[in-house]
Order: sequence, then structure tokens, then C-alpha cells
Amino acid sequence: MRLFGHKLSVLAQIGLAVIALNLVMAIFAPLIAPYDQTTVLGDAWADPDAQHWLGLDNLGRDLLSRLIFGARMSIGLALVITALSFFIGIVSGFAAAVAGGWVDQALSRFVDLLLSMPTLIFAFVILSVLGSGLPVLIVTIAVLDSTKVFRLARSVAVGLVSLEFVEAARLRGEGWWWIITREILPNAIPPLTAEFGLRFCFTFLFIAALSFLGLGVQPPDADWGSMVKDYRDMINFGYAAPIYPAAAIAILTIGVNFVVDWMLSIHSRGQGEGA
Amino acid sequence: MEPARRAATPGALWPAGNDGAGSGVGRLILQRSILGVLTLLAASALIFIGTEILPGDLASAILQNQATPENLAKLRLDLGLDKPAIVRYVAWLFGALRGDFGHSLANGRDVLEEITPRFANTMFLAAYAALVAVPLAVGLGLAAAIRQGGVFDRTVNLLTLMTISVPEYFLAYLLIKYVAVDLGWFPSLANVSSDTPFLDRLYYAFLPMVTLVLVIVAHMMRMTRASVLAVMASPYIEMAILKGLTKTRIVLRHALPNALAPIISVIALNLAYLIVGVVVVETVFVYPGLGQLMVDEVSKHDVPVVQACGLIFAATFIVLNMVADILAILSNPRLRQPR
Amino acid sequence: MTSDADNPIVLDVRAMRVAVRTDHGDGPVLVDDVSLQLRRGEVIGLIGESGAGKSTIGLAAMGYTRRNCFIVGGEILFAGSDLRAMSLEQRRALRGLKLSYIAQSAAASFNPAMTLMDQVCEAPIRHGVMGRAEAEAAAVQLFRELDLPNPETIGSRYPHQVSGGQLQRVMAAMAMIGKPEVIVFDEPTTALDVTTQVECLAAFRRLIREHRAAALYITHDLAVVAQIADRIMVLRRGKMVEFGEARRILQEPQDAYTRRLVRERIASLAFVARPESAVPLLEVDGVTAHYAGKPKVIDDVSLTIHRGDTVAVVGESGSGKSTLARVVTGLLTRASGDVRFDGASLAPRLKDRSRDQLRRIQMIYQMPDVALNPQQTLLDVIGRPVAFYFKKTRAGVRARVLELLRQMDLPENFIDRKTSELSGGQKQRVSIARALAAEPDLIICDEVTSALDQLVGEEILRLLKRLQDELGIGYMFITHDLGTVKRIANKVVVMLRGRTVAGGDTASVFAPPYHPYTELLLSSVPEMRPDWLDGVLARRSARASA
Repeated sequence: MRLFGHKLSVLAQIGLAVIALNLVMAIFAPLIAPYDQTTVLGDAWADPDAQHWLGLDNLGRDLLSRLIFGARMSIGLALVITALSFFIGIVSGFAAAVAGGWVDQALSRFVDLLLSMPTLIFAFVILSVLGSGLPVLIVTIAVLDSTKVFRLARSVAVGLVSLEFVEAARLRGEGWWWIITREILPNAIPPLTAEFGLRFCFTFLFIAALSFLGLGVQPPDADWGSMVKDYRDMINFGYAAPIYPAAAIAILTIGVNFVVDWMLSIHSRGQGEGA
Repeated sequence: MEPARRAATPGALWPAGNDGAGSGVGRLILQRSILGVLTLLAASALIFIGTEILPGDLASAILQNQATPENLAKLRLDLGLDKPAIVRYVAWLFGALRGDFGHSLANGRDVLEEITPRFANTMFLAAYAALVAVPLAVGLGLAAAIRQGGVFDRTVNLLTLMTISVPEYFLAYLLIKYVAVDLGWFPSLANVSSDTPFLDRLYYAFLPMVTLVLVIVAHMMRMTRASVLAVMASPYIEMAILKGLTKTRIVLRHALPNALAPIISVIALNLAYLIVGVVVVETVFVYPGLGQLMVDEVSKHDVPVVQACGLIFAATFIVLNMVADILAILSNPRLRQPR
Repeated sequence: MTSDADNPIVLDVRAMRVAVRTDHGDGPVLVDDVSLQLRRGEVIGLIGESGAGKSTIGLAAMGYTRRNCFIVGGEILFAGSDLRAMSLEQRRALRGLKLSYIAQSAAASFNPAMTLMDQVCEAPIRHGVMGRAEAEAAAVQLFRELDLPNPETIGSRYPHQVSGGQLQRVMAAMAMIGKPEVIVFDEPTTALDVTTQVECLAAFRRLIREHRAAALYITHDLAVVAQIADRIMVLRRGKMVEFGEARRILQEPQDAYTRRLVRERIASLAFVARPESAVPLLEVDGVTAHYAGKPKVIDDVSLTIHRGDTVAVVGESGSGKSTLARVVTGLLTRASGDVRFDGASLAPRLKDRSRDQLRRIQMIYQMPDVALNPQQTLLDVIGRPVAFYFKKTRAGVRARVLELLRQMDLPENFIDRKTSELSGGQKQRVSIARALAAEPDLIICDEVTSALDQLVGEEILRLLKRLQDELGIGYMFITHDLGTVKRIANKVVVMLRGRTVAGGDTASVFAPPYHPYTELLLSSVPEMRPDWLDGVLARRSARASA
């Protein structure tokens, strides 16, 4: 298999398979899940059997079905947030690089400031006042996360702007729109794709952590993070219940990281001579 | 062949040249320290504004459905909401500098008293993890870099790629399930109190420490490896090989001093991360630290406590980053020895 | 030269092969069946274009290969024993003492965190042949022999605290301190300015002669190797092309490739005197410019270019010649002075100029790799100016691009290839085609041949010349290479630290009476005569003592 004109590594293939599987699970959850996610089917914490492979949960619902439906909220939310943060980050990053001067200075210093604080802590401060509604979560995390996209987009664009083919386009009299869409963007896509994977992992883990702490997705909605929280007490009685959703989170992020790692490695290939 | 012109890179934080002979490093450190203080100030403002962006006002948010006109008015007066925001910010900031963070809205206790033992617990856990993680990560990173491409390197690379991807609570619950519950070697709850003896604390906090170590060692080790490899690929290392020096000498005398600055910043970055990672781990193990407190108070809308916790976390984070930058300046021979 | 009996063979390379081997399988063969015997006191020059395998041979002679490269065949005998058969420890014991190496970039090859003295003395101390005090004394002695300033104290400095030319000589001291029997010089003067190059060359040669060391001298510049080598080996794509006495190779080359290398170097395109038209194409009048908040980079610079002129702007790095180009194009706003194009003053800033003004001044860059967008096809790159300035239809654009490709001697089926698939010389042709597509009156050529191999560069120059004859374009030709200037320019401006020190017709600027800096520059350009360096040094010392 090839991607971006390079041969995929074994790990990257595993990673892509994991991502595909998760997407299928999220999109076709009602078709795949053996039971409805809200129906009570028996006693709480019933042991796994042939009908219920992972057993029942704290309210007697099928755990496997809940996991499959949980993919929707977990992955969907992370994708929406990452997309929004990319939109904000790329637009402002490219604008800063292309405009330069005080626009660049103002945006860069503001981003420095936001990045000088731990994201989680800042999110806490905002959520403590605004509560954990979905729109609040989406906008807060997207804005906080876009600072990192801004930095990358700006540095990629600054690097490209100083290249001579962009200078040649400026000398020709091309407008900024042409320069950004035709000269810069096509060259910025490989690094930005890798960054999208990284940022997705980050927001996905971040949302899950907030939910786990009880500050993210609120009932009746559920994502994998809030499932870990709901089932956490059972660990002390020997049940593995919280480990299943946590493992689902871990498997997807490992898969994405395999692909991202491969993407980053194709950029650095061919360098590094020495001993 | 004339060397290609190098493009000017705008936005560099530090001027590369040293115009004042001899005073270069001192001035850079002073500049960095001033920047640190300014950042801290701006961060405090951001935290304060963060709690001000509420549509409506703080008082109605706190009381929610128990809001009657009388107690709303009383609370507004208690919170000083009748004064303009800037006045309240300055009062809050100067209070914070004196250690006066106000009173908890949830139980009316003095915030500083509430926070102090919690902060000590968090620092204990973070220091515990750091003392184990830093030597382990740097050692593993160096070992992997020296054996680049070997079996050890590949194995460690794969393992760390997996552990950096994994949420802390996944590792934590695996540890609880298998080490605490099934094997019974360590307690699953790290419920220490102020009169717990030191050795017992180490024992109770063992699993939280291991969780944190697993998470940050992977990051730190990978970054250490990368920065050593970057140095090992430079022409002066090739020159050292061609001078017939031993591998040990090359690594210790030629590679390490130049990899030091990046390694230091990696360590500081990860210690800063530790401060945040601690929040989740404290919640999993019900460890009475600052992070757990902050999580509890966020859901209770207890703004004064949240502000105070936020400020302390942010300050720790900013100071660690500042120290990293200063150490990096000190370990850079180009800055230490001006032209 | 003394007899062979006094000069035993110190290095004997027999049928050596070096190849790339990676996890993914075998790569190309970098060095194929190369043999040479180096005697004590002898210097063999290894010459060739990039990819010839010169550096690989130099490193392999020390028993070292870079990552993923392996010596896969032959023998490398040092004092009779095969480096390939030795243990790692035995090879290590030779390196830095018996075998030593001088790299191209001194700035990158010194450890930034150690003092020069520590690095120079490191090898003999670590190998246990000298004590610290003895090594330092030897180093100071070498610093003195190499004409370094303050030989007593320069050792306590850090690499970034001394200039490039000085650092290169310190590296020579580092190589010499173990009294090596074989020294490998790997393009040691390539990164230096010409005036600095002369000093370094002279110092290296004196050192080799006085210590009677044997040396492999690797370079791409025949004139440099002519000054220093007893024998020359010409290499191409990893294979030996010709090997013999230096004088014979330079005067009677046998192989066709060597003949081309030598001939291109001597060949000169005749000057063409051009009738001056009434209105100059470009007039730069007393221009001063600087980057924001920095001191002036160019100061009161003037020049005039007529239609059909080739005006060379010459200077060493930092002379402000590229900045002058940026001011003319409007990328950098001038602080004072005037730039007139076809009689009308050009706005200082790029965005205030009309589209037609932009069209009529085009630019070609030094590095074709970064001058072309790697994601675009040749049709995109060359066609864009056609579409942008002349509003042609798609079919019209394509037809014009094909015409330009023919003019550049590029195959027409390249039109849908991406620029990243082309070689360096082909990319530079595409850059020229892009400039021509705008149908300009003036083209600014910024070091257009200096990133290319010699023969490829010559072809580009010939192409530019032909286009000028056909189209009557004016060239502003920025370069540090006086050899090129003498051959293609009819007018010259010599720049030094942002100011013009000489200007006018090439013939008159390059004929006595010279400006002193022009003379220094001129006399520093290596010539193919093996006695050139002796002549320069003799004249300079005569002048100094007079």
C-alpha cells in the first residue's frame, strides 16, 4: 500500500486498519451493536455470557453495545473539535505569516500567552463558570487547541514564504489568495495532515479526560471517558469494566499515532549521516 | 560555490547576536525572567477574565435555582460584584500575593488553608514521580540513541510510542486491576493524610507514581533520543570519529554537552506536563491533591477556589518553563562566550 | 621530486568498491574499482563533479564510510596492512594520528562547546602520544606556521569566535598535530571567499611540503588542484576517468570528459561591443538601503544597464550584491536614491508597481530547487506568467509553454512533469523559461550557476548568451565568480561592503590601472597554470616588502 507516494510501514497499515474499524463502528453503530444502548436487559453487573460478551453495566445495559455507541460521541466530538481548531489555527496562522508586522506580533504574543498555561487548567477555569454543555466544550477546546495549530501553520507558512518560488510569485504581482492556495497550501498539506492526526489524538484524549473527571460529556449522553467514570468503582471488586472503554480510547490513539509516526518519518528520511 | 543566502526568520524570541560584550548571558537571563513575570501577570488576568465571561453574573450562576432577589443581592455584595472588574482584579491579585485567596463559596473556609495541605501532597507526588522518571528517561534515551536502529532501540521505540498514546487512567486501572486487586501488592486508593509517615506515603503513592512515570518517561525518552541523534548526525561528530576517539569519549565529550540544552528543555516540559497529568491520576487513586480539589470545585462552581488552584498550577508551569529556558541559555556555549 | 626509494608508498588503494546498502536492499555503487598509490610527500588531486564519489574515496581511505555505505570490495593498504581487515580498535588507533582529515565546512566540523585548543590537542592526548603541555606547544607552533593571528591565545577561543578562513586553518593544525602520514583534504576551500581561499591554499601547501606528508586533495575546481597536486585523478560517477601527472592532465588531457572539463575552464566567450541606445533600460542612481532597524547594507550604489547589456555585479559574500537585486525588484524598499526603468521612476515598493513594470523585470535564482514549486508541473510553472500577463486561453498557454521548452532544449513531453522530478540543470532551464514567458526586457540573474556543476553551469551560460543574441534582453548578472564575469559581461560593477569600488566596461575595469580591491579579487581567482599560486604569493610578498 502507498500513501503520499510512499510505501506504508507495517505499523502504519495496522494504524489505518484501526482507524477504519473505529470509523465504521461509529457510523454504523445501530447496525453493528447487538442491543440498544439504553435498554435495561438484566441485573446490574451481570457476568459476561454468550448473549452479552462483556456483560451488563451498572444499570443492566449491554456493555458491548454501549461501547459501540460510545464511539459515535467520542470520535464525532473529537473530529468536530479538531476540524474547528484547524480552521481557526490555519486561517490565523497563515494570516500572521503572510501579513507579518503588528498582526503577526499581536497574534503570536496572544498565542504564547495561552500556551504558557496548561490547557486543562484553563479549561477548568472556563468550565467552572460556563458548565459543561456540548457547545461550550466544543468551542473552548477548539480555541485552546487552535493555538498549537496556529504555531505550526505559521511556521510552515513563514518557511514557505521565504522560499524563492513564493518570492517569484510575489514579483509576478500575484495576490495573496493565489499565493496561499496555489503556492503554499499544496506544500503545507503533508505536515498539516500529520499535525491533524496529532491534534485529533490530543482532543480525543482531552475530551475523554474531561468526561472521566465528570466535567465533559454529561448524562444522558455518554462517551468512552464518561463510561470509565461510571464504571470506575467496580474495579475494586475485581471487575474489568472501566478497562474496556479505556482500552477503546487507547487502541484508537495508538492506531492514529502509528500513522502519524510514519508520516513524520517520511519527511525526515534521507537525512542523518554519521557513525 | 557560495553558500546559499539564508532567509530572515521573523519572530525570533531572542536576538542571536551579543552587542554588549560580556554581559550577554546576564542580560538574556534578565530578559527571560522579566518575560516570565509578565507572563505570570497576564496568565492571572486570563484566569480572572475566564471567570468573568459569564453571560449574566457570577452570583446567579452560583445560586442557580435557589436565586431569590434577596440572597442574590447579598451574594453580589459579598463577591464585590458592584465594583468594576478591574478593581476586583487588582484586589484579587494583591490578595493572592499576600496569600489571601478569599473564602470558599462551598463551605466558607479560607481558601489558602484549604489549598496548602493539598498542594503539599501534589508536590510530593510530582517530585516522587520526577525523581524516578528523569534518570530513567534520560538513561533510556541515551541508550537507544547509541544503539540507533538496533533491537533495543526498536523495542523501546515501539513501547514508548504505545504508552504516549494511552490515557493515564487506562494505565492506572490496569495497575489497579492486576497489581492492587488481583495481586494485592499495593493499595488501590492512595488516601494519605497529613500524619501519614513518610515511608507509608511512599508506599501508598506507589501506584500513582508508577502511572505518572509510565506516561512521562515515554515522552521524555523519545525526545532525549531525538535530540542526541540530531547532535550525533552533525559533522563535528564525524570529525571526532575521524580523530580516532573512542565511542564513550565521543558521546560524553562531544555529543552530550551539545544535546544538553534540548534535553533540559525536554525535562522541564515534561515536569510541566506532570503538573497537569497529576490531576487525572489523583482522581483515579482518590489522592488528596490540588488537582482532585480543583476538579471537585469546578463542578460546584466554587470560583475562588478554582481561581486559586488555576493560578498555582499556571505559576508552577510558567516557572518551570522559565527555568528550562534559563538553563538552556546557560548551557549554550555560543551565548556563554560572546564574540 | 626525489626518487621513489626515498618515498615509500604509504597508501595503496586496490580495486576499491563502495556501495550503499540499506534495510530495503542494495543501493547504487558510489565508488567502482578505483586504485591509487600514494607516496610519501606526494599530493594526489581527486577531481570531479557532484556524485563522482570523491569524498567517499577520501573517507574510505581512512577506513570510514558514512551511514548505509559499505566498502564492498578491494583493499586499502596503509603501510602494508589492510584497513578493511583491521579491528575497529586498530583503525581507531590510526585515525587522528597517522591518517587525518580536513572537512569542507570548518564551522560545522568543530564542536561548538569546546575551545579550539581542546579540540586541536584532543587526538594526540587521547592516543597517548603527547602530554597536554607538549600538545599545546605543538599546536601553537602550527598556528604560527599557518599564519593565524595571535597564535598564543587563539586556542582559548570557541569556534564561533573566529572567522571561516581562520577556522579552516585551525582545522589544518588539528589534522597536522599528530604528524600524519596521510591527510585527506575534502574541498577545504570551497566554502570560502576567493581572497580567503588564496591564503588557505598557500598555508596548506607549505604545511604539506614542510612536513613531507602525503595527501589526497579533493575538489571540484581544476584550477585549485593545479596549484597543489603532483598527480590528478579525474572521476565521474564513481569511476576513474583519467589519472596522471598534473601538468599532463591539464595540458594534454586524453579523455574526452577531462578535455571538456579543462576546455570549459579556459574557454572564453568573446565580448560583444553593443551600440548604446539613447534611453537606458535600467538606471540605479545613488541607492541606499537597509533592513528594518539594521545598518545600511548598500550605500550610494549606481549602475546603468542598456538593452542587450550584460552587467555583472561582482563581490564577495556580504558585499550587498543580492540586496541590490532586492531593491531593484522592490522586495526591499530603498531608503534613498532612485531606480528608473525605461526612463520612468519605479515605485520603491513592489505593490505600488504596475503589472507591466513587474512583467518587464524578471528574476532567476541561485537555487533551482527552491525557486520552483515542487508540487507544480512545468505547464503550471511556465504557463502561469503567460496566463497572468497575457490572458491567453488554455490552448494558447500550452502552445506557448511548448515553444519555450523547445527554446530551452527541454523535451516537450516534460510539460506535464512535476518540477521535483527534474535534475538541477533542467530546473534552472525551467526557471529561465518562466522568466522568458513574461517576455521581459531585463532579467536579474542571481548566482545562477553557482549551485550547479561546472559543465551544467557552462551550458546554462551558453543558453543565456544565445537568448540575449536572439531577444536583446538586458542581464543584471550577480556573481562572486570573476571567471564567469570576464567571459560573459560587457560591463562590471565591483562591490565591497555595500559600496561600488569600481565600474565600467569589463575590459577597462579588468585592465590596469586597477582599483586595489579589484586587483586583489582578480589575482585571487585561481588559474590553471600550476605556478599561478607561486606567482601570486611572490608578487604579494614583493609588494609587502617594498
